[in-house]
Amino acid sequence: MKKYDAIIIGAGHNGLTNAAYLAKAGLNTLVVEKNDYIGGAAVTRELHKGWFYSNCSYVCSMMRQSIHRDLNLTKHGLILVPYLGTVNFSDDGDTLSAYHSEGPYYNELRARSPHDADAMFRLQADLNRYAQLIRKTLLRTPPDPTSFRPRDIKEMLFLAKEFGALGEQEIYEYIRFFTMSAAEYLDDYFEDDLIKAAMASPGIIGTALGVYSPGSAYILLHHVMGDVDGSIGAWGLARGGMGAISKAIAGALKEHHGEIRTNSPVQKIIVKNGKAIGVALESGEEVYASIIVSNLDAKRTFTKIIDKKDLPQGIYEKAKNFKIRGSSGKVNIALSALPKFNNLPDNKYINRGGQGFTGSLKTMEKAYDCWKRGRWSEDPFIESVIPSAWDPTVAPPGKHWMSNFIQYCPAELADGPWTPEKRDQFGQTVIDKIERYSPGFKDLIVHMEVRTPYEIEKEIGLTEGNIFQGELTIDQLLFNRPFPGYSQYRMPLKNMYMCGSSTHPGGGVSSACGANAAREILIDLKKPNTVPEDDCFDE
Amino acid sequence: MNNHNKFSDERLKLSPFHERQAALNVRDAWSVWNGYKFADYYYDAEYEYFCIRNTCGTYDISPMQKYLIKGKDAESMLNRMVTRDISNLAPNRITYVCWCTNEGRMIDDGTIFKIGANEYMLTCGSPNLAWLKKASFGYSSIEIEDLTDTVAAISLQGPTSFSVLDDMGIAGIENLRPFDFITIEFNNSELTISRTGFTGDLGYELWIEKNSAIALWDALYSAGENYGIQPYGETATNMARLEAGFIMPYMEFNEALKTVHFQHDQTPFELNLGWLVDFKKPIFNGRGALLTDKKNGPTYTLTKLDIEGNKPAEASYIYADEKCTKEIGYVTSAMWSPAVKANIAMAMIKTQHLDDELWVEIYYEKELRQYDKVVRCTKQKKPFWMPERAKLTPPRKY
Ligand SMILES: Cc1cc2nc3c(=O)[nH]c(=O)nc-3n(C[C@H](O)[C@H](O)[C@H](O)COP(=O)(O)OP(=O)(O)OC[C@H]3O[C@@H](n4cnc5c(N)ncnc54)[C@H](O)[C@@H]3O)c2cc1C
Repeated sequence: MKKYDAIIIGAGHNGLTNAAYLAKAGLNTLVVEKNDYIGGAAVTRELHKGWFYSNCSYVCSMMRQSIHRDLNLTKHGLILVPYLGTVNFSDDGDTLSAYHSEGPYYNELRARSPHDADAMFRLQADLNRYAQLIRKTLLRTPPDPTSFRPRDIKEMLFLAKEFGALGEQEIYEYIRFFTMSAAEYLDDYFEDDLIKAAMASPGIIGTALGVYSPGSAYILLHHVMGDVDGSIGAWGLARGGMGAISKAIAGALKEHHGEIRTNSPVQKIIVKNGKAIGVALESGEEVYASIIVSNLDAKRTFTKIIDKKDLPQGIYEKAKNFKIRGSSGKVNIALSALPKFNNLPDNKYINRGGQGFTGSLKTMEKAYDCWKRGRWSEDPFIESVIPSAWDPTVAPPGKHWMSNFIQYCPAELADGPWTPEKRDQFGQTVIDKIERYSPGFKDLIVHMEVRTPYEIEKEIGLTEGNIFQGELTIDQLLFNRPFPGYSQYRMPLKNMYMCGSSTHPGGGVSSACGANAAREILIDLKKPNTVPEDDCFDE
Repeated sequence: MNNHNKFSDERLKLSPFHERQAALNVRDAWSVWNGYKFADYYYDAEYEYFCIRNTCGTYDISPMQKYLIKGKDAESMLNRMVTRDISNLAPNRITYVCWCTNEGRMIDDGTIFKIGANEYMLTCGSPNLAWLKKASFGYSSIEIEDLTDTVAAISLQGPTSFSVLDDMGIAGIENLRPFDFITIEFNNSELTISRTGFTGDLGYELWIEKNSAIALWDALYSAGENYGIQPYGETATNMARLEAGFIMPYMEFNEALKTVHFQHDQTPFELNLGWLVDFKKPIFNGRGALLTDKKNGPTYTLTKLDIEGNKPAEASYIYADEKCTKEIGYVTSAMWSPAVKANIAMAMIKTQHLDDELWVEIYYEKELRQYDKVVRCTKQKKPFWMPERAKLTPPRKY
């Protein structure tokens, strides 16, 4: 029986990144994936002939440029294209276009509120400042604040120095920021409800928090801290869909002689004398390795694929209580033509951006109330983009597909489990809302994929369908992620590591978790580090 | 008199495509090329650059200089003028050439289309009529016609460019190989389509009598609607050509006839264009000087660089040491490449130092303050962007 140097459980983009770096360092590496496709939540699938959906994640801005460059992902087929601005729709049909160019955007804001147009400059400077600080931590392993090892002390000093450089007043602001709600944070800047709602909306994406819940300000930052080629806050699309990212990383992995086995769900991590020594597949086959890395979320890893008796005291409970609440749905729609929206000029560039069916702060909060009561929102917040409007590879010429991300949709319904009928009703709610802003929209529908947290969990194993593999609240961030004391990718079993979004820096298609974990593994193996440093544009 | 008329003599010429392009130049971003009003960009330079890499775009090359060279002596004259041997060029084929002074310094580069046995079209970036006239002294059977203002030309570049032309119903377009051209009828005019371009990607250039320019534009944009067609300007072109490793006048080279300072112009060997110089040809302009240049090695060699970090190394010096004590060259063009995700540049490096360590000192600004850093450069042999599809025949239909 062949023994590998390392087995990575799960071919999500982080698992693949981790494997690529281990293979690049010369390790004999195997990735085992339960599905018959790779990518996890960074995936492209053809569910209707000729249409290619990014089934889960749909836009990209967190992907670490230095990893893209270092793994030569362009050579492996990846090209990331920034998209043009987003249009936000208010409850009564007003539109706010975030044009891609400063002058027109300023004019657009000014038409609603000269005050807010002005304040936008200040908000952007403030968010930029916060983003820069956070970005510097993305490709670094969080220090253990209780440790006195030189490396931890050095990393603590690094954080302290970067933090200190903000200046005293800003340090207070920053700390406050982490505990605030998105809506209250924005109250300090804006008076116009649509502007406020549009700016607050990234604060609720993927989280079981509302615009008025403390902590949503950080979620907002998490969504605007990325960049495309240095333009902070910009989002891009991967040509060929998000699966192109995973495919390119898999290409790099294969270039370094790594292996991937799909259709190979892991049932258990095999543990002997407190050491992880291999994996038992559902097929009954056992595969052994010196190192086992889990790409699954922390809850799944410790409650589903490790025997409770193999775990040190307390870990099971920590994992069980890990905050990983599902709150989002995704509806992917194949269209026979490009939809037209009310109150928008016939301007082809607008279609090459996104649509935010934002409504108002009140509507977003009401949508959250539904979630709390175990229902999907009747008037949900929907963030959409039409990738085919710029990507010629994802739909037949002249045809389109629209990606709709929905907040909120609970993992468990108050009136009993999810059923296909309920799922379809949820989908109906979404297209009803879009139809309000785009009369005739429904007539364009060729095919639809409706995904509630139930489908997301079932298909890619994100517990409760939580898109970040665990909430991004301060108790689960940085050296608290996934649990205090385990933030350095090493897990309580010997030779076992984690590399998924449950680890620092969290959810999103960034490759950072996988790369950071690889760095720690290489340190333990006393191998030279091959994981690059970050390449921040703002330095 | 209204202001428009008062200044009419001084206004720039308008390209045959101007009417359509002006309507799409949302940002009013214009500059000038050979006396023509010419777009820097239309909507967003980066978006337009990505159209070249992702869908397709059009670039108005009407201001390019186009000369029809006819007559029994056309071939001998051209072969005497340019450094490459064009005697084997087949009809309906195109070749990339450059021409030099007697001292072997490069005057310009361009392309030669072989239309028939005694008929060629030469295209280039700057006016070269005077030089062509000089070069034809002593040849009796030669006629040179300047087509610049009568022939409109537009470049259609990007992965979906073939699909656009195919949907326009252009027969035989699928068989066109790189550097082939065909001539067909369009709108009662002759339309020449060449598989050429300045982007390193799949692409074509279309040449048509100027009265049919708008009809051609409309046909392109109607077929292109489903393929993400978008006009692009100088900024996007400059990005794409640098990724493709193509040289640009006044970036990589100073045209010899316009150069004031001694040897501030370049030889083809310095520009890494030695492959364009064919010494098997017994006689051509600059041959003697170029032979010496080749034998002694050029003073500088144009080199592609991959540079650490992400700050474009614009107008930077290259050093052989990190302390920057030994200067060995200068950067000619530099940018962050959004497609490749690399900090790329071309630089003139003293040939004898090509194998030294290469360091570059980069200056950049951050909120009114100047910063600088010294980082390592790595030589690149191949162009930064060289997709398979650029060469594939027939190309992929989207
Ligand atoms: C609907 C949705 C929309 C999103 N939108 C965006 C977005 O637009 N932009 C963005 O940046 N991020 C977005 N995200 C978040 C982002 O996609 C994820 O954070 C990221 O892809 C997670 O990557 P990962 O590699 O850490 O884990 P995952 O992608 O979760 O990978 C885990 C892998 O493990 C496999 N697996 C599970 N169990 C087993 C087992 N027992 N044996 C073997 N294999 C197993 C799974 O099949 C999967 O392939 C979105 C997520 C979702 C769900």
